[in-house]
Amino acid sequence: MVENLTALFESWGIASAQASSQAEYLTNLPELLDQTWQTVYAPAAATVLAYLIGLPLGILLVTGEEGGIRPLPEPLMRVLNVVINLLRSVPFLILMALVMPLSTIIIGTSVGTTATIVPLTIAAGPYVARIVEISLREMDRGVIEAAQAMGCSPWQIVTKVMLPECRPSLINGATNASITILGYGAMSGAIGGGGWGAVALMRGYGRHHVVVMWAAVILLVILVQIIQSIGTALSVKSDRRINNNGSKKRRKS
Amino acid sequence: MAEPIIRLEHLTKCFGSGEDQVHALEDISIDIQPGEIFGVIGLSGAGKSTLVRCVNLLERPTSGQVIVDGRDMMSLPDRELREARKSIGMIFQSFNLLMQRTAQDNICFPMELAGVPRRNAVQRARELLEIVDLAGRAGAYPTQLSGGQKQRVAIARTLATNPKVLLCDEATSALDPKTTRDILRLIQDINRRLGITVVVITHEMKVIEEICSRVAILDHGRLAETGTVEEVFASPKTEAGRRLVYPDGVPPEVLSTAADRARVVRVAFNGGTSYQPLIATLAIECGVKANILGADTRNIDGRAFGTMLLGLPEEGAEKALAYIRAQKDITVEEVPDYHG
Repeated sequence: MVENLTALFESWGIASAQASSQAEYLTNLPELLDQTWQTVYAPAAATVLAYLIGLPLGILLVTGEEGGIRPLPEPLMRVLNVVINLLRSVPFLILMALVMPLSTIIIGTSVGTTATIVPLTIAAGPYVARIVEISLREMDRGVIEAAQAMGCSPWQIVTKVMLPECRPSLINGATNASITILGYGAMSGAIGGGGWGAVALMRGYGRHHVVVMWAAVILLVILVQIIQSIGTALSVKSDRRINNNGSKKRRKS
Repeated sequence: MAEPIIRLEHLTKCFGSGEDQVHALEDISIDIQPGEIFGVIGLSGAGKSTLVRCVNLLERPTSGQVIVDGRDMMSLPDRELREARKSIGMIFQSFNLLMQRTAQDNICFPMELAGVPRRNAVQRARELLEIVDLAGRAGAYPTQLSGGQKQRVAIARTLATNPKVLLCDEATSALDPKTTRDILRLIQDINRRLGITVVVITHEMKVIEEICSRVAILDHGRLAETGTVEEVFASPKTEAGRRLVYPDGVPPEVLSTAADRARVVRVAFNGGTSYQPLIATLAIECGVKANILGADTRNIDGRAFGTMLLGLPEEGAEKALAYIRAQKDITVEEVPDYHG
């Protein structure tokens, strides 16, 4: 297997020492699985944490504005918006460096894959808040008004009207957010994190292991495609706004 | 007369402030009796929707008083206001159903809010679907229903909490005439069978004629007139009332004095190559002030077709007739005893 690959790489014009070490790396199954796991678990954990922060914030952005179902004091809303915009405008690479002390406090270390969960969450939280805000703004005002006329409290409007009615859009947003966070996670090689992004960067680009670099990129592309397909399928399946003849709105992933 | 179920007193609603302030409603006082179907009509922008939203305080009046079923709505704290709203049903032009729920689950929704056990709620929803004639569509989602069916579901949904009042905000405006009639029948039926007081907001006279007992005419945020439908329709007392009752032009017996319509002529435009500003020419060249009593003209490719009914004062009528007869592609005939 290794010999065959080495021969193949050599036939592509790669020096034999480079070819054999890359072939060895790419046939090391435990390493490949470990890198895949590292690619997935930090962004996945960060996505969950980002939703814990971003979902309530996104809801507040919509319900708390003037004319919303539960208006909050205007200065508070302005502070909230500024903080979200500020956090979103810091480049992720810089943010990772900036929050390293915080990672040490929370996780006990500032390097490694687990440590990237902290900057990923801080970067993704405000992003998720905006994504949730966009989905909830699609909500038909009339339906909210009808719910108010039926005596719904603001909490009931959020939990029983806005979230369920916007479910397909929220799922699309979550798909979008998890792919973006996966992309951020690929940068975590810079602070010693693992995963295919780090492999492409450190091993592939850094050591001129071109085949490994492309293999890592292709694996990331496949991962993104899988997430998008699952997300789109869930969104379409959950959407009850199908029309009379039963043909669903066709959406490509 | 019984204690009114809805009493609006000196209701005023302003939007905006300072220079941009708009008076959507000005000093409106209306009493609505239990069990009646009360209509509120006005042109778009007259403040009808704002008015009906003031009844359940979806819109909070700037000043005045709203009393529904003996409760001073504006003094209620949030929690009690929400409780009070449960006895005021409301249906809308755009139906406002929950798109991700079936017809049955839409009807269950207000019962969920009220904490009715699921099993009882479903049973009641089934009964209500029967009442609105949709027994077979319990599992249908709103996108699978027609406009009329959606409004039936919306009606069933408001009935779920046994309201005392039903507010209909342009509830039939998005529906075709036949469906409109069916929905109005249903509302009337509900009013009679369940004794629910109904407030109907519309811009269509037909809706008022069809089901209302009393009507209020709103004009630019003011109450122009109120009365029984017969009274208001037989002899509207205000300009706004006349505009609504006679949207295609006011008949002469209502508008003009006898002197203005001594002679009534029908002028037919037969497609003269250029559109003649006939009335203006009459006034300038003949000194005759013609009164347009009715007109139905079309301008097709710059050519005038159609007829116009003119009232001419006795003095100068002959001169005017001679002038009109002299025009190309215009014929004129006198209409004797027009208002006979």
